[in-house]
Amino acid sequence: MQTSSWVPLFPDSASTFSWQVDALYFYLIIISIAFAVPIIAAIFFFAIKYREKEKFATPEELHGSLVLETAWTIVPFIVSMTIFLGGAIVYYEQYRIPDEAMDVYVVGKQWMWKVQHPTGQREINELHVPIGRKVRLTMTTEDVLHSFYIPAFRTKADVVPGRYTYMWFEATKPGKYHLYCAEYCGLNHSGMGGWIYAMEPKDYENWLAGNVTGQTPVEAGRDLFENKLGCASCHAGGPSQRGAKLEGIYMKPVKLVGGQTVIADDDYIRNSILNPSSQIVEGYQPIMPTFKGQVTEEQLMYLVAYIKSLSGVTANSTSGTSSMANTQPAAASPSPAANSGNNSNTSRPK
Amino acid sequence: MQKVDLIDAAMGSDEVSREPKVNYLTNGYTLKSWLLTKDHKRIAIMYLITVSIFFLAGGLYASAIRLELLTPASDLLQTATYNKVFTQHGILMIFFFLIPSIPAILGNFLLPLMIGAKDLALPRINLLSLYIYWLGALITVYALLVGGVDTGWTFYTPYSTTFSNSYVVLAGLGIFINGFSSILTGLNFIVTVHTMRAPGMTWFRLPLFVWAQYATSLVMILGTPVVAITVLLVAIERVARVGIFDPAIGGDPILFQHLFWFYSHPAVYIMILPGMGVVSELISNFSRKKIFGYEFIAFSSIAIAVFGFLVWGHHMFVSGQSIYASMVFSFLTMVVAVPSAIKMFNWTATLYKGSVSYDTPMLYAIGFLGLFLIGGLTGLFLGSIGLTVHLTDTYFVVAHFHYVMVGGQVIAYLGGIHYWWPKMTGKMYSEFWGKISAMLVFVGFNLTFFPQFILGYLGMPRRYAAYPPELQVLNIFSTAGASVLGVGLVLPVIYLTLSLINGKPAGDNPWMLPGLEWRTSSPPPTENFEKPPVVTWEAYEFGDESGLDLESARKNVKAEAIA
Repeated sequence: MQTSSWVPLFPDSASTFSWQVDALYFYLIIISIAFAVPIIAAIFFFAIKYREKEKFATPEELHGSLVLETAWTIVPFIVSMTIFLGGAIVYYEQYRIPDEAMDVYVVGKQWMWKVQHPTGQREINELHVPIGRKVRLTMTTEDVLHSFYIPAFRTKADVVPGRYTYMWFEATKPGKYHLYCAEYCGLNHSGMGGWIYAMEPKDYENWLAGNVTGQTPVEAGRDLFENKLGCASCHAGGPSQRGAKLEGIYMKPVKLVGGQTVIADDDYIRNSILNPSSQIVEGYQPIMPTFKGQVTEEQLMYLVAYIKSLSGVTANSTSGTSSMANTQPAAASPSPAANSGNNSNTSRPK
Repeated sequence: MQKVDLIDAAMGSDEVSREPKVNYLTNGYTLKSWLLTKDHKRIAIMYLITVSIFFLAGGLYASAIRLELLTPASDLLQTATYNKVFTQHGILMIFFFLIPSIPAILGNFLLPLMIGAKDLALPRINLLSLYIYWLGALITVYALLVGGVDTGWTFYTPYSTTFSNSYVVLAGLGIFINGFSSILTGLNFIVTVHTMRAPGMTWFRLPLFVWAQYATSLVMILGTPVVAITVLLVAIERVARVGIFDPAIGGDPILFQHLFWFYSHPAVYIMILPGMGVVSELISNFSRKKIFGYEFIAFSSIAIAVFGFLVWGHHMFVSGQSIYASMVFSFLTMVVAVPSAIKMFNWTATLYKGSVSYDTPMLYAIGFLGLFLIGGLTGLFLGSIGLTVHLTDTYFVVAHFHYVMVGGQVIAYLGGIHYWWPKMTGKMYSEFWGKISAMLVFVGFNLTFFPQFILGYLGMPRRYAAYPPELQVLNIFSTAGASVLGVGLVLPVIYLTLSLINGKPAGDNPWMLPGLEWRTSSPPPTENFEKPPVVTWEAYEFGDESGLDLESARKNVKAEAIA
């Protein structure tokens, strides 16, 4: 999808970030030229004009100039601050994950990307997205670090084992774009890529319809919760409930034994499944066994999606544009769903 | 012989000794006299030989990388091999060439000469650090020979601790041991600068090369222990399965990145500050002008060394650290750009109204200015967080750090080697071939790495054995440039070696320069100075106050020109 010129100089621009990042890029190129050209010109001019005319000459001594030193300390400082501010504004936009977005789940593993749409369609090394809609990726990996990188969208985020990271984008131009793994991950690192297909919403609907839908992530999570893993026997509610109540907890503060309070975000839920005894909710006994080694990263994502849905937060699917049946009651407004992640680059300021 | 007279006159010495003096090279020819020497100059020569071998080996790996990338598919090298090749290129070049290059070779040789001392403060420790370097190097080379490492020189976890099937622990051990060599060298330099300066050699009369070595030593002492610990933790997790970095056993992979970059970012300054010191010497001496803004250049080295410890997080903008942490790190990164800019302006201003000669070392210095300018400015691109989300882990980063490390440190190192070669060996190299190679290196370097900036913005990720076909043209440029660069780098090995056999005697002070190292014979005697020098002139004093007999030197040049 590169421009067809003999020597490509510039990548495709296909997301709402593209023009912002490109603007920064051109600003920096202009600054670089503004600094480099006078300096290089001065070097050549001085080197030629003041070239050695006599061996071992003793040119007139010049002492430094405080005015010049001050000027070339302050001017670069001010210019670098404009660069910092411009960069910070764009960065804030890139990593402030929007509340309203289509949720796509991504699991990296050596050396492939597994992707699942909110309506259940799965893809490997490909991702189809509609243009004009915000897409939020919730990502983790089964093994080593990876990094989800779409140059045409000018965004990437590392995918880290043992936790969720997030990124988002809104495609603006239909097309087929490179997807790369940008963090070295071993043998077939350079093969761990594929394509992003940005499509007109209608084409996207057709694509969804043409793909066999399995269970949606929320459905799959409920299946695990109620049948396969038996979580429901303790967490399902009712008088004999031994496990902590899960309804309505998502993104709410939870009081732990020991007085600590944490926000029940994705990472908290994930951690509570894998290391239950590390964060015991006040009023409950540490009796839950660990599910480490029994659930895959994908199943964990389903469970998180299901537990989110218990708080009225559905995986934001294609609601509004999709005719695909989403079996979960669509949350009219994805309510306090808002925050996910606390210390990570994912935090969304309120 | 006439020149010897001149210098003796310049030294204010009345005696003229015409029989060949015993110098540090002729003071004993046995292997033992080298291996057990405490002479900083001999130790420097042994570093020079070893470090050059590693530069050659790292260069061969680089050639393999560029040849593989000539075509989009992974065909010349299998991906498994390619991954080892770029890892080993990085490990050899960084830990065994760039870090010891200027400090251990030029610093060792020149620091005592420049401050008028007869050796480093701790000569035995100096020899020990050479042996530690050799031990670390041997272990690492052994690791590479038995199978190699494929983690990247960054050893990111959990790949390095859990998944890689290569010789991570062995290579890590080599790097761990080698670190102590840096620490001891840094310690030695700091003690030497504090305690061994000749009478009259005040802090502000120190050559800027010494200031730069001092700043580098601070970073070596404070930073290297951290990377040593980090590598040790990787080994502990890999061998004993103690959960430190791998989340599967309770560790945190991001913790590794913090620890690693806490050292490795300052280490980047170990790989540029000494180069800046060399260039300050070259620019001032070859325009025969006092360096412009001496104090500003001196303190900007210290500022870089200090601020360098506060910016490690700029390697982690997309790794999952807090967005607010990223903003602080971006801000500090922009601040650290300022001292580099100050140096750049001062170097340029030094040329003004000078007497600029185009000798080989000066060509390297001017090349350095151009390349470091580009390296520094593209650092701003990468420090600007919104932009670096797109650029990080692409060839833009590869191009940027090669501009700083190769365009900066290696070019400065070559300039320094040429500049001090007459002092180290007593012989003059071929000026013609020197100029040719300086220009080949400059042109070849730009042709190799400039296209990589464009590749980076196009999105080509680094550490890729295969890449999309539309990126091939730029990669061909880059490989073509690398072959020019390769020729430019091999040439000095040839003509410098030849100069040892048939080079003209250089004389003690071929360029009539005021630095203390030029006020002793070439090569210097083991004790450096026949009489302990007393410094009565300011740094970079080119006029008559320097005590050099410029008048006779000029006459001598004219006489030679006529004859």
